[in-house]
Amino acid sequence: MTAELGHFALILALFMSILQSTVPLVGAQRRHCSWIALAQPTAILQFLLVALAFGCLVHVYLISDFSVVNVVSNSHTDKPLIYKISGVWGNHEGSLLLWVLILSMFGAAVAVFGGNLPPTLKARVLAVQAMVAVGFYLFMLFTSNPFERIFPPPLNGQGLNPLLQDPGLAFHPPMLYLGYVGFSMAFSFAIAALIEGRVDAAWARWVRPWTLAAWCFLTAGIALGSWWAYYELGWGGWWFWDPVENASFMPWLAGTALLHSATVAEKRDTLKGWTVLLAIITFSLSLLGTFLVRSGVLTSVHAFATDPTRGVFILVLLIIVIGGSLALYAWRGPQLTSTGLFQPVSREGALLFNNLVMTTAAAAVLLGTLYPLLLDALGGGKVSVGAPFFNAVFIPLMIPMIVAMAIGPFLHWKRSDVTPALLRLRLAFGAALLTGLLAFIAHQDGPVLGAIALALGVWLALGAVTELASRIRLFQIPLGDALRRVTRLPRASWGMTLGHLGLAVSIIGMAGAGAWTVESIQVMKPGDRVMISGYEFTFDGAKDSTGPNYSVVAGNFTVRRNGEHVTNLAAEKRIYAVSKQPTTEAAIHTTLAGDLYAVIGDPEGANGAYVTRLYFNPLVVWMWIGTLIMVFGGAISLTDRRHRVGAPKRSRADAAVQGA
Amino acid sequence: MRYLILFLGLLVFASPVSAVDPSEMLSNSLMETRAREISKGLRCVVCQNQSIDDSDAALARDLRVLVRERLVAGDSDNEVVEYVVSRYGDFVLLKPPFKGATLVLWGGPVLFVLIAFFAGLGFYRRQRRGAPSKPAAVALSNTERARLNDLLDKDGS
Repeated sequence: MTAELGHFALILALFMSILQSTVPLVGAQRRHCSWIALAQPTAILQFLLVALAFGCLVHVYLISDFSVVNVVSNSHTDKPLIYKISGVWGNHEGSLLLWVLILSMFGAAVAVFGGNLPPTLKARVLAVQAMVAVGFYLFMLFTSNPFERIFPPPLNGQGLNPLLQDPGLAFHPPMLYLGYVGFSMAFSFAIAALIEGRVDAAWARWVRPWTLAAWCFLTAGIALGSWWAYYELGWGGWWFWDPVENASFMPWLAGTALLHSATVAEKRDTLKGWTVLLAIITFSLSLLGTFLVRSGVLTSVHAFATDPTRGVFILVLLIIVIGGSLALYAWRGPQLTSTGLFQPVSREGALLFNNLVMTTAAAAVLLGTLYPLLLDALGGGKVSVGAPFFNAVFIPLMIPMIVAMAIGPFLHWKRSDVTPALLRLRLAFGAALLTGLLAFIAHQDGPVLGAIALALGVWLALGAVTELASRIRLFQIPLGDALRRVTRLPRASWGMTLGHLGLAVSIIGMAGAGAWTVESIQVMKPGDRVMISGYEFTFDGAKDSTGPNYSVVAGNFTVRRNGEHVTNLAAEKRIYAVSKQPTTEAAIHTTLAGDLYAVIGDPEGANGAYVTRLYFNPLVVWMWIGTLIMVFGGAISLTDRRHRVGAPKRSRADAAVQGA
Repeated sequence: MRYLILFLGLLVFASPVSAVDPSEMLSNSLMETRAREISKGLRCVVCQNQSIDDSDAALARDLRVLVRERLVAGDSDNEVVEYVVSRYGDFVLLKPPFKGATLVLWGGPVLFVLIAFFAGLGFYRRQRRGAPSKPAAVALSNTERARLNDLLDKDGS
């Protein structure tokens, strides 16, 4: 019954979104107030209906209703509660339902909080938002219905992939989707602006908070996924240039560019057409990312052949959304004229440089990700495009950008001079050079890139701090006055400083973990000792125990440094009862200098010996700290009053009525 | 999002842990380091985008052992890679070689950089030519002006 209710709600949501995507659009064109006004209730109703459908799916998972196929293939009665819930989106159908839920949630948020938007713009934004939703509802109802029944129902389910039974991965997809789908707001605003034929500072100001929020979620989502890979895959890797990772990284690159170009569009009335185009590109990459991962096409083009309905549907949807919006852009884009002029060396110039590099990088990653598929589809044979290719292409692009990132914030709008900026950065430059040299000397056998990356991280970090110091005129005016200026800085500028600083900290982490990881793989008997980077690991033997739905072998280590006890590590190997799949839970002791990381492998002989893998991953925690700083910066910037100008606390509805 | 791959990957390899095994490793640590470096660039052909160094598949293990055998036999790093390629084809290389089929792949990023450069250049050129037909800011209509005043009042600043 619940499943049917959910299915029915989903169908109703489809009709609601069809209504929402047509009537307000026509109304906005013909200035029919009542037609325009329909956008708001339909958006809210659509959201409530999907929420009901989603709630129904969660419910059938919670009660383990094994007459629903989706529950059978992804759940089991023994699973802990949290993974019963996360199992809802741990599969194709459920994740699509989560996707539309978030999409309609953003739509409803505009409907409720967008009272200060001009009514026609609001109607068009909601209509575009609903058009995307229509595509997803049709896709779900015709090819991927999460409420499908099975008869006769089996006694129990097949369980969730043990790798997904992890807190990090439980919240990874919702975060990522909040990011992907958040960019749909920028997209809808862009399409609405193209229909209206105007983009002004107010438009950019409406778009920025949505983009920023989406960017924060996406950053957090990517970091969560990377962190999970780090502790779960069992050898300390954190980024693999895997197509699935690239799928989320491309929208991030384009979204970061969008964030910066929207600033220019808002403040300087230029790059408007480009900002609109970037909004379209970013969301297109989000859609592509969703489907690349969900369609199975990444494994092989033949996944298309085995399930042509889904594949063809996806292809047609992508062509309509991406092709349609680009065609609209080609038609209406030239009307978006800009008035602000600027020189190449200026704040706008630096932001444009950022945009060009970020989009180039996104294009290169896209090419590398899709190339094996395209070549295979065109009959050109099989080719692998792996991490070495991406590193070779991506890193050279990023180096000049990070160099420029420290300088950009010092430049003035319109026209500037680079010399004073460089003079201010001489301290940062000296420190970066020194760090790089020291790192190079200390790790002569390691890759040079590590030293370069470390130097770049220091350069950018000190650059961000220097910029903050010169903004508050530290050491130029009395200290008290300077500190008072700190409290009066606009939050958006804190966002920039923290965003750049966070990236710098992350780069330092990547440099350390990427270049100077120390690894030791061996067979250890209880009592054996291994020295790594000054830490002495003693293997204390392994013990068996059981968890809620798995059995565990836990290898215990005692770690000492110069004879002093540092920590005890218990590296687990779990075997899940249902699937018989093993997973590893690395034991990690985190310090700012680096992580001690221990993994236990297979038993070796009968004397209690095990294969053990021990690592020292230098600075790796800086990577996650850096992303936290970035996300925090974004959140601070979101609270900036300027984003809410025109969103008076009093009587939003009032404003909407007056506007209409 | 990584996990779909793991779903599929798990069909192929049993466990994500325990790639390189101590029993495979060479006693000569210099040679072992070379073997590790070579392994990182070779794809486990039955896996999803994993190098043989990371993979636990039986085939990856065979390849790791093969790489070490060739090294012990006195091959140079390049000779080892060539030997593996001669048996498994270019597909085994994670960094695809530069040749006809990968011309677009390697040329693409260079082309993108050039496009970006000329797009930027073109933008500044057009701007310097005096930004043709830029109308002065369109004046606000009366209703818009009223709304603006209204909003500014409400903002209280």
